[in-house]
Amino acid sequence: MTKHFFIDTTVLLGRSLRHITRSLDTIITTVITPIAMMLMFVYVFGGAIRTGSASYVNYLLPGILLITVASGISYTAFRLFLDTQSGIFERFQSMPIARSSVLWAHVLTSLVANTISLVIVVLVALLMGFRSGAGVAAWLAVTGILVLFTLALTWLAVIPGLTAKSVDGASAFSYPLVFLPFLSSAFVPTETMPGPVRAFAENQPVTSIVNAIRALYTEQPVGTGIWIALAWCVGILVVAYGFATLTYRRKIS
Amino acid sequence: MNVRDTGERPMTTQPAIRVQGLQKSYKALEVLRGVDFDVERGSIFALLGSNGAGKTTVVKILSTLLKADAGTAGVNGFDVATQAADVRESISLTGQFAAVDEILSGRENLVLVARLRHLEGPGRIADDLLARFSLTDAGARRVSTYSGGMRRRLDIAMSLVGNPSVIFLDEPTTGLDPEGRLEVWQAIRELAGQGTTVLLTTQYLDEAEQLADRIAILHEGRIIVNGTLAELKQLLPPAKREYVEKQPTLEDVFLALVGARKDTTSTGERR
Repeated sequence: MTKHFFIDTTVLLGRSLRHITRSLDTIITTVITPIAMMLMFVYVFGGAIRTGSASYVNYLLPGILLITVASGISYTAFRLFLDTQSGIFERFQSMPIARSSVLWAHVLTSLVANTISLVIVVLVALLMGFRSGAGVAAWLAVTGILVLFTLALTWLAVIPGLTAKSVDGASAFSYPLVFLPFLSSAFVPTETMPGPVRAFAENQPVTSIVNAIRALYTEQPVGTGIWIALAWCVGILVVAYGFATLTYRRKIS
Repeated sequence: MNVRDTGERPMTTQPAIRVQGLQKSYKALEVLRGVDFDVERGSIFALLGSNGAGKTTVVKILSTLLKADAGTAGVNGFDVATQAADVRESISLTGQFAAVDEILSGRENLVLVARLRHLEGPGRIADDLLARFSLTDAGARRVSTYSGGMRRRLDIAMSLVGNPSVIFLDEPTTGLDPEGRLEVWQAIRELAGQGTTVLLTTQYLDEAEQLADRIAILHEGRIIVNGTLAELKQLLPPAKREYVEKQPTLEDVFLALVGARKDTTSTGERR
């Protein structure tokens, strides 16, 4: 980390935030899939799904939020890929700047863009009848988990962004992430699933994260589940950050 | 053709760029097989070669984007491998593809670079460069609306932010129309006029002939000749006197019809 790290990251962050504010379509396409899923599940399938929860939209929202993040981070890979292709990446690398600030600017931009998307999705959920009596502390905890989750997946997205050979390759990696919530407790309770599927669903990160968020805003005790959720987020974050940094070093040396 | 010079010399007369025994392979493909050349301070040096000759590889090594397998390269007295940060303070790279941000305006691009170079008054620097490259009117427009020539001029303007002492231009006129080329040539001449050292790669022979103080030809991973235009011409038998009717070239016709600016036309024999 050099002496200019914070200045350079701020300058480059300003640059990519302009990309977002000048192409708001990236925010719209990020939120359209999760909102469509929310509408379909609440108004089409929801009536037939028994969750033990009074309102299905309350049950569903955490999974939808994770899907929002998973589709949002593909734009990080996309923007990073465009930078590496356009030559501006090489310009930055040949300049006397803190080299890691190039990545950090993209990561922080992803955090801002995903926050905007998440707020939009929550607003739509409120229109659809989502209600929570949770206090400020619980919502701060939910925000914290979502920020960690976004950071973890964003650093994961940096890897294809740096290594992809085509635009499709850069963004396609997020599809499995978008579908992971379907094999979790996000839409239906895992108890209804057949053995092996249930075993997978109950032990993959999405279930513990979804359960923790749901417990927080329905004012239920979070138990040890929240630590498992945090461990998954931090674990993915550390591993993804490590590989992303390694990939970046290889690319720029 | 290079005279090997091993003596220690004071900083001021040290060449701006010194490349010795540079080698680079991409897996089994040997791109550079021992490249040597020096570039004098304040001169324009053209690296000439066909596609795939390794010109871009040389530029990337000199601008610290790529590591050489063997040999040494120094820019402004700093070693590119061990003093990369100092090299980056001394140089600017204008790569083969215009490295501009399409979504930002021309002015925002310049301000961005000025901020990243930690300069005082980035706005003023941007306005000065926009004026110098006749982009003031387009300054507030998004770069995605620029023509190829404007984009390239902005690209070069971005490289001048902070007045680096050495500038690398990798095929600066590839893909430009004749007017755009002349504009870029004019910009390069002005640079050298102000004492900036320019290393230029090109596959256009006339570009090297027009601009360069010295020309080196990179062929199959080695510099096969290195000299001034006059010296290179002496490599061939003396010119024979032939009488040929002087026809206007298509470029003359094109430029006369579209009315290129007078000061940028400079193809030697006519005028």
